[in-house]
Amino acid sequence: MSVRPVWEEKPSLLGRVGKGTILTVVVLAVLVPLWVVLVTSLSSEATINNAGGYVFLPREFDPSAYIVIFTGGQITDAILVSTVVAVAGTALSLVVTVLAAYGLSRPGSLGHRPILFYFLLTFLIYPGMIPSYLVVTGLGLKDNLLSLILPTAISAFNLVVLRAFFMNIPGELLDSARIDGAGELRILWRIVLPLSKAVTAVVGLFYAVGYWNAFFNAVLYIDRNDLQPVQRVLQQFILAGQSPTSSGTAVYVPGLGSAIPPTLAIKMAVVVVTIVPALLVYPFIQRHFTKGVIIGAVKG
Amino acid sequence: MSAIPSVFRKAARSEPVRQQLTVRARLRRDWPLLLMCVPAMGLLLVFHYIPALGNVIAFQDYNPYVGDNPLEAFLYSEWIGFGNFEYLFTTSAFWDAVRNTLTITAFQLIFYFPIPIALAMLLNSILSPRIRSLVQSVVYLPHFFSWVLVVSLFQMMFGGAGLIVQTAGQAGFTVPDIMTNPDTFLFLITAQSLWKDAGWGMIVFLAALAAIDTNLYEAAAADGAGRWRRLWHITLPGLRPVIILLLILRLGDALNVGFEQFVLQREAVGRDAAEVLDTYVYYQGIAVQQWGVGAAAGLFKAVVGLLLIVGANKVAHRFGEQGIYSKS
Repeated sequence: MSVRPVWEEKPSLLGRVGKGTILTVVVLAVLVPLWVVLVTSLSSEATINNAGGYVFLPREFDPSAYIVIFTGGQITDAILVSTVVAVAGTALSLVVTVLAAYGLSRPGSLGHRPILFYFLLTFLIYPGMIPSYLVVTGLGLKDNLLSLILPTAISAFNLVVLRAFFMNIPGELLDSARIDGAGELRILWRIVLPLSKAVTAVVGLFYAVGYWNAFFNAVLYIDRNDLQPVQRVLQQFILAGQSPTSSGTAVYVPGLGSAIPPTLAIKMAVVVVTIVPALLVYPFIQRHFTKGVIIGAVKG
Repeated sequence: MSAIPSVFRKAARSEPVRQQLTVRARLRRDWPLLLMCVPAMGLLLVFHYIPALGNVIAFQDYNPYVGDNPLEAFLYSEWIGFGNFEYLFTTSAFWDAVRNTLTITAFQLIFYFPIPIALAMLLNSILSPRIRSLVQSVVYLPHFFSWVLVVSLFQMMFGGAGLIVQTAGQAGFTVPDIMTNPDTFLFLITAQSLWKDAGWGMIVFLAALAAIDTNLYEAAAADGAGRWRRLWHITLPGLRPVIILLLILRLGDALNVGFEQFVLQREAVGRDAAEVLDTYVYYQGIAVQQWGVGAAAGLFKAVVGLLLIVGANKVAHRFGEQGIYSKS
């Protein structure tokens, strides 16, 4: 299984136990909260009450909380909104980023230095929250889902990662395609993208996670209840739920009747819903992102 | 027809030959590439550069109602020079926010920064590849969670109605609700940051560790260096460039401690503990609609941050390190 280097001494018992303990604690610190949330969301009200709150050991399987949140009302709306924003936003971001990364991937092309500088400068210059707010609202994007997409549509970091990868594709390959009469778009689509599926997927998933997790843009730009993304609902349920006094964040749950506060199982089900997309895509990107991140860190 | 191959012959050669092409010929060769950059440039122009220029309202008594839209309002608003800054610099709430921000940065530098390094070294010393990859998969995960989710999970575990308080209550203990305690807020946010990002922060150190030449360890061991001497004389020097690079980045971000984490918890623990510069900008600018003052605070933060990063990089060069950008 594991091969000890010849120069490494045998580890002491104390060292092994210590390392094992630390790593176990670290892993459990991540997993236990997720486990509690999942089990509680799948428990009935009676079980939760018996346990005095959160449930640690599953005794039954009761999906009623999920039935409530998926059959209409604000939470269903929010899940839809977040899905639409994540899918549409990721598609737009990927197209725009891939095009620009390819456009900049040939050193010596006309204007390639100043344009690259134009992108890199965004690392140093912050737009500022107030002017951004004024620009977005000035464009009439208030209460428009585009306000959750366009301002964060392009990240220079992702662009640099993709460009670095594109530049490593042998130029001879591209030249031969060009001599055969292929245009740049065709080369990108037929040669470059198939060779960089993995890194493109990672970048796309970074974008997707960003859109799914976006919270504050919704605070700034979305007032309408039916356009709130799922993170905002989570905040209202769990964090603001304790002091439901402020008028701006009052929770409206048509599925429940507006007066009844959501049960703990429903709250936990919302938490699970916000986690699940990340968990689903995670195994696919996990293999690749280390490499992608390091390319970005080195070339950035 | 014949022009295209000749362009190619030159393009295939090294850079100096390329430069001899006229701009017109290069434009004819490269216009599709230029066109491909346009959408991204346009998005950044509208949503990054124009807002960056929009920071000039820091020098205005900006009033969004003097025109039909924000642009007109900008044209008609009154210029007041450094009035907004004078107001800021004489307001104690602003300095409280600055002090909180710097306290948090300093605290996290001591109690957060070394943890990913230690974690990477620990994991690097684990020989079983299966355990390593298992631990890695688990600790990277929270990085992909939103701040709302992280704060919610902490609320569930440590909050007044949370798991720990309840369990302790059933066992007859009283545990304070740390989610609403301003005195322990620094520890709380550091714990949250650690939970969310310490694993992810480890990646770059793991890569640096993997790049260290194992011959060095072997030679050192042959010379009689024990475990700890090898750690001190080989591992840590191997990590040095990365550590310094990340320290510089951290210093450049000294005024940038994150935003959502604080805006989410500001109400629970109170302004005194949780107001940082970003939340100050939000509450002054957007919530209270003192646009000019908010923009001035934001601009202050951006300019100081830029100066810090340039300064830190200069220091790094003086110490012979590479820094984030090279001298040339």
